[in-house]
Amino acid sequence: MTLRSYVVSRLLLTIPMIMLLVTLVFIILRIVPGDPASLHFEKHVDPVVLAAFRHEFGLDLPIWEQYVNYLASLFRLDLGVSMGSSRTPIVYAIVTRFPATLELAIYSMLFAVLFGIALGIKSSKKYGSATDTSIRLFGIITYAIPVFFLGSVLQIIFAVWLHWVPSGGRFENAFLAYQPPTITGLYTIDSLLTGNLFAFVVSLKCLILPSVTLGTVLCGIFVRLTRTNMLETLRMDFVVAAEARGLPENVVTMSYAFKNAFLPILTMIGLQFAALLAGAVLTETTFNWQGLGTFLVDSINSRDYTAVQGIVVFFGVLVTLVSLVVDLFYAYLDPRIRL
Amino acid sequence: MGIVLNIQDLTVTYKTRRGTACGVNNVSLELEENRTLGLAGESGCGKSTLGRAIMRLVPYPGRIVNGSIILDIDRDIEYQGGFIGKGPKDLMEFSENEMRALRGEEMAYIFQDPMTSLNPMKTIGSHFVELVKAHYPTMEKAEAIERAKEILENLGILPERVDDYPHQFSGGMRQRVMIGLGLALRPRLLIADEPTTSLDVIVEAQILQQMAQLKEKFNLTMMLITHNLGVLAQTADSIAIMYAGRIVEVADTGALFERPQHPYTKALLESVPDVTKPEKTLCCIPGSPPDLIQPISGCPYGPRCAQMKDTCRRIEPLLVRSSTGGLVACNQYTGD
Repeated sequence: MTLRSYVVSRLLLTIPMIMLLVTLVFIILRIVPGDPASLHFEKHVDPVVLAAFRHEFGLDLPIWEQYVNYLASLFRLDLGVSMGSSRTPIVYAIVTRFPATLELAIYSMLFAVLFGIALGIKSSKKYGSATDTSIRLFGIITYAIPVFFLGSVLQIIFAVWLHWVPSGGRFENAFLAYQPPTITGLYTIDSLLTGNLFAFVVSLKCLILPSVTLGTVLCGIFVRLTRTNMLETLRMDFVVAAEARGLPENVVTMSYAFKNAFLPILTMIGLQFAALLAGAVLTETTFNWQGLGTFLVDSINSRDYTAVQGIVVFFGVLVTLVSLVVDLFYAYLDPRIRL
Repeated sequence: MGIVLNIQDLTVTYKTRRGTACGVNNVSLELEENRTLGLAGESGCGKSTLGRAIMRLVPYPGRIVNGSIILDIDRDIEYQGGFIGKGPKDLMEFSENEMRALRGEEMAYIFQDPMTSLNPMKTIGSHFVELVKAHYPTMEKAEAIERAKEILENLGILPERVDDYPHQFSGGMRQRVMIGLGLALRPRLLIADEPTTSLDVIVEAQILQQMAQLKEKFNLTMMLITHNLGVLAQTADSIAIMYAGRIVEVADTGALFERPQHPYTKALLESVPDVTKPEKTLCCIPGSPPDLIQPISGCPYGPRCAQMKDTCRRIEPLLVRSSTGGLVACNQYTGD
């Protein structure tokens, strides 16, 4: 199979997957108690107004008809408009809010992966020592620590007491005039693209606390995974054989042991990255980060059917894309896998 | 004839949860120049540990606790941050960096399983390049590749296959690559740890023959670790038999096969099937080797020995000169 036909077939496979996902979400939303119309208005509203709202979103139709209509609009790539009073198109909400989530995910992932892998390698090299034990302990503690707790503690120390970084938001209000124009929506990249170094520093300072918080919680997995896989590859014949040829220690560790330990870590990076995109809600709430996660939670609370369905479809596509990229990376890294 | 490797009182222990196991127990051994010493014994007798200890690469949680390993270095070795002059040197006094300079350059090790001895993520060529770069940092990559091609061709592998990955090679070819890697920098000492055990007999014969030729060509001193006495009969000049971490007999190959001295050696030879005497029943040694964690009093082979005497329970025999000119550790030769 050529690379192109592999990619195309994987992309085509996402269609039935998304269909299944949408169906599940559609059913769950309608099973969960609560009605978008009555949640949308204050209590004791005129039944005529309620009926009008229901009619506007087709909620007065039989369920199967609602389902068919939704699928039909999905095939036209139309995600509909939010049931909120602004009637924002879902696509617009995603485009404006997703970059914030993506930026946070990228920086926290970068922190978690670099920090976690470095600690994991150190731990495996010092197997059985006090260093090893402390790193393992650190991994377990950070893995178990709730994100909002760590976030609040860091906020108090670095934002409230020390005033090193702002406590929340993506850009400091005092400098709003310097905010970069939206190109990708990722502030750090946009400010670099426009050569605005000041805006870059400001947005990076805002990113530090949330991404360190999320990254720390996430790095526990990478510490443990790296350590376990490294311990396995460090014992392997080809690593000992490399030692027996007198190769320098860093070559043996990195390009023999770690290179072979990396593939399972790559899988985990893919899985966690997908989870990060959808699951950074707590961090977003703690740091007042206007991302897609908070939007999804708000939409669920108000039973905003179209918004929830739209975001789920979007995340579904995203997750498949990430896993496709991971698979392609796999094939690129491991000479035994050729697509 | 010069002594290339002189091991004195080498002891290696493994710390385990149950206690300390003595993998190699007070072993002394000499390797003469351009000769092949076969090291034989059953699984767990410490032969691989001894081989790894010479490279100072005993696997965790093993540790060399006593002894000296004196290697006669035949060239001046320069390495990043240091210099090792030629002449006999005790490897136990070397730092890790000095050992790295020696490994691959002056002493090489070939492992049992060629299928897992090469990095699956790297081409054969980059294995050679990394080896050369580690010992001669100034050498150009292109030159290292040229040398790799030459070595492969000498071993009967097409030179253009330097760009292939290990999984594209068969077991026998991979072991040839390992031999090529081991000998690329013309080491003085080659330790081969069951190099043909995982190969089929035809490939085994080819590899052994090739190793014998290379030994002559490069004036190698070899230690061949195996549990296959047949292999040793063909390739070794002398043989050392190990049991429970100790050397129990050392003799020239011919003498060892014709007039084995130690009861264990005799029993080992008895348990090799002989096609010319199909009527002979195959004998096996009753019992199993001792637990290396428990202290052994007397002769470690005693409980399995047909000629055990009372003294064997109390006195551990020492290696003494035998009537065939070798060494043997058995109380029946030390009694008088």
